[in-house]
Amino acid sequence: MAVVELEIPARPAYLSLVRLVVDAAVSSLAPNLGGARLDDLKLAVTEACSNAIEAHQSVWSEEPVVIRCELDDRTVTVEVADRGGGFDPADLASLPAATDPQRLRHESGLGIPLMRTLADELVFEQATNGTTVRLTVYRAANAPGA
Amino acid sequence: MQVAKGTNVCCAMQLRADVSSLDGWTVVSLFGELDVASAPSLREQLIQLVSQGSHLLVLDLEGLDFLDSTGLGAIISALKRARTNGGDLRLVCTQSRIRRLFEITALDKAFPLFSSLDAAVRA
Repeated sequence: MAVVELEIPARPAYLSLVRLVVDAAVSSLAPNLGGARLDDLKLAVTEACSNAIEAHQSVWSEEPVVIRCELDDRTVTVEVADRGGGFDPADLASLPAATDPQRLRHESGLGIPLMRTLADELVFEQATNGTTVRLTVYRAANAPGA
Repeated sequence: MQVAKGTNVCCAMQLRADVSSLDGWTVVSLFGELDVASAPSLREQLIQLVSQGSHLLVLDLEGLDFLDSTGLGAIISALKRARTNGGDLRLVCTQSRIRRLFEITALDKAFPLFSSLDAAVRA
């Protein structure tokens, strides 16, 4: 298994760097993932990192956000670990349907639903000192049913 | 901040927004990455355009390399303000990776996606 780890300051300007590192890691170490799934993974990781940065800013944390990519012959897993105040994903309110006029009242709240759709596996681990989000996508030849 | 048509406005280091006019519509062409780093600045720019009277907006997403949920939020914000003022907001988008984000969030039902600027302003 190959591991690539990155620590970033909890600031939005570093999100581009995270996407570059995930792209480079997957392209060189898991090239059979496929371009569309790599795009999905980069979007899901961006959503997780955006939440992590917001969590740090909410508690004035100066600690870095840690992004860890694990690549083996079956899966690519990216963990995003923050030192924010934590949250319960079950508490998230569901959004009205897109065709409902009330939907336009909601300009946020899409990040976690997007992660759930884009990743093959999504795990939230809560601890006293923060949250770790683990996003896993299956490499094509090893996806269930492939 | 006054946003003049025909200008290039840098929303953030990784996003550029060019403003122009076409058949009575204000066209904002985006280039680069629209994420939580750049969305707040774009949101302000779009609010400014609507407040200056540009109630018919087209966002051209053909030059976007990346779009996330915060960027979608900025677009929703602009649509809401345009419609509140009796206008509308239309999107030009043919890139599959950008269209996919609208499709999986079902927001393609709130935002018709057009294949060209001409199609968007003449619909």
